Amino acid sequence: MSTAAMRVALVGNPNCGKTALFNQLTGGRQKVANYAGVTVERKEGRFLAPSGRSLHILDLPGAYSFEATSPDEAITRDVCFGRYPGESAPDLIVCVADATNLRLHLRFVLEVRRLGRPVVLALNMMDAARRRGIVIDVEELSRRLGVPVIETVAVQRGGARALIEFIDRDLATTPVAQAEDGVTPEALHAQVREILAATVAMPRQTVAIDDALDRWALHPVFGLGILAVLMFLIFQAVFSWAQPIMDGIETGVTALGAWVTGFLPEDSALHSFLGDGVFAGLGAVLVFLPQILILFFFILVLEESGYLPRAAFLLDRMMFRVGLTGRAFIPLLSSFACAIPGIMATRSIQDPRDRLTTIMVAPLMTCSARLPVYTLLIAAFIPARPVWGIFNLQGVVLFVLYFAGIFSALLVAFVMKRLRKDKSEHALIMELPSYRLPNARDIALGLWERAKIFLKRVGGIILTLTVLLWFLSSFPGPPEGATSPAIDYSFAGRIGHLLEYVFAPIGFNWQICIALVPGLAAREVAVAALGTVYAMSGTDDTVAAQLGPLISHQWSLATALSLLAWYVFAPQCMSTLAVIRRETNSWRNVAISAGYLFGLAYLASLATYQIASALS
Amino acid sequence: MRLSEVPKGAPAVVRQVDEAHPADLIAQRLRDLGFVEGEPVRIVARGPLGGDPLLVQIGSTRFALRRTEAARVTVTLEDVA
Repeated sequence: MSTAAMRVALVGNPNCGKTALFNQLTGGRQKVANYAGVTVERKEGRFLAPSGRSLHILDLPGAYSFEATSPDEAITRDVCFGRYPGESAPDLIVCVADATNLRLHLRFVLEVRRLGRPVVLALNMMDAARRRGIVIDVEELSRRLGVPVIETVAVQRGGARALIEFIDRDLATTPVAQAEDGVTPEALHAQVREILAATVAMPRQTVAIDDALDRWALHPVFGLGILAVLMFLIFQAVFSWAQPIMDGIETGVTALGAWVTGFLPEDSALHSFLGDGVFAGLGAVLVFLPQILILFFFILVLEESGYLPRAAFLLDRMMFRVGLTGRAFIPLLSSFACAIPGIMATRSIQDPRDRLTTIMVAPLMTCSARLPVYTLLIAAFIPARPVWGIFNLQGVVLFVLYFAGIFSALLVAFVMKRLRKDKSEHALIMELPSYRLPNARDIALGLWERAKIFLKRVGGIILTLTVLLWFLSSFPGPPEGATSPAIDYSFAGRIGHLLEYVFAPIGFNWQICIALVPGLAAREVAVAALGTVYAMSGTDDTVAAQLGPLISHQWSLATALSLLAWYVFAPQCMSTLAVIRRETNSWRNVAISAGYLFGLAYLASLATYQIASALS
Repeated sequence: MRLSEVPKGAPAVVRQVDEAHPADLIAQRLRDLGFVEGEPVRIVARGPLGGDPLLVQIGSTRFALRRTEAARVTVTLEDVA
């Protein structure tokens, strides 16, 4: 048998550190966090052993049992049984178990052993086990299980060395695991108890600090209070901490743009392209990097700490009443970053009805791509007044926008619940992990990954669309003796004027209409597009960097509020619709979701514009 | 006694998991998670609204269970001496 093509699969209970081990083995940077269900896909990586041979490592979603109850567990089961489309069963199964929680995890090890494939047990989180005074007789454990047992600390550099050496040395010779019979859950648990009694000494069942923290975090009153304060702090921080850095970036981009275009003749197409297209467009989006990173910083810290499942616990009842589940909390919170990972994270929701509802409302969570639009409009139209001494009116408005999204998500979920015919019971059953101090290096890496994704978007899709938009708004040029700005005669100008018929009732001018079109590909592009459109229609080049002050003169407050309302709902993101199609395997769901979101957006903007116009 | 009726903090021992209907996946999953005869359990916390869900400690693991889920588990209260 050729070892070059050999495949090693990492399996185990949720949240036992499979992905952290995977990253150690492959040098990968897959997302790691502290809750069950971070990995919902089968991920593949290459592992270069010290001996020089190369192996495929599969990282699989966590599973409690091969009796799969959710789509992600089904993937793990299918891969292990060799039923996954297009691939045979793995050559070696590395069964990962949390050494601090063997009572639960060993049971799945026994199930895996029954597959009759070569199995090795990686006892992970050995550092935490030692700290808690848990003593494990590894040799005896290995003898009783009949599989090799290796200690690992996946979150520590070098913590997987023993496993790497084992795979390199013994991959081809690992014996096929043999299991006695014992099919009922009771029999399996009896076996687990017997093995534990003989091999593990545990001074205390739980960690004292977890008990203490949970007394507050899960307290009926303080718990909800802590959650509310935490959420509000995040929004305030996103708005106020980022400001100085954003000002710095804005000044830098403007200066760079002026310096570069300074070398070009004033009336050349290239001057206009770089100044109005690239610098005005991209600069307008780039400015939002600090805010997005601050938002992600909080999300990453919450994910790593183990707090998120607690929040899900607190909110389950409320979410259940409106037709969701506490389990939807984590996918929906991820959707504040971006709906795409959020929708994928719904794979850890067992109930197909709960999952569909969560997917449908995930786009209503305000994703980070909407932040640029919100921030631009809030900064231009909402005065930075203190509210009750401690808050800033701008921060409050941002909070209201986020809240409008959440509230409408609950409303939509409730309507879906009422329309549903199948009223049988929904399951929750969710594990709450031990708290963990977030690791500074992991957070830094996570932020770096996020910054790279954002910059790639700016450099890729946003740049492309901006260039295209610049082209469409530059050509054809104005006829001889034209009096209006050149953009009025261009393709983009004409499209904008056409769309204005549809959007005039909700207060959008033709410049906004133009910006909405490329905004379909990526929401932030709308800001870049506005930058370009206004730079093109203006005569003054400095206009480019100051989109905010410019629109605050040209738009009415009603228009600005209407556009904000539009952005709360509008399904302006092709990638989200594509991922809904993939995850639900249905064009019908895509149509329903796009349709109801457009409908809500138009109605909300119409109401906002008409009311705001009437009041002013 | 049903697990959903056990007072917070009182030590109890699982007797069995009942199926609410034939082919009850929730009951199956509870057994897979270790709710089998003889396992000590304890309610650690209750949700803020209507005491739902329950946080159940079994071994060193904590699971959030809705009351309807916990009601499938029959337990005996342990005498606290």
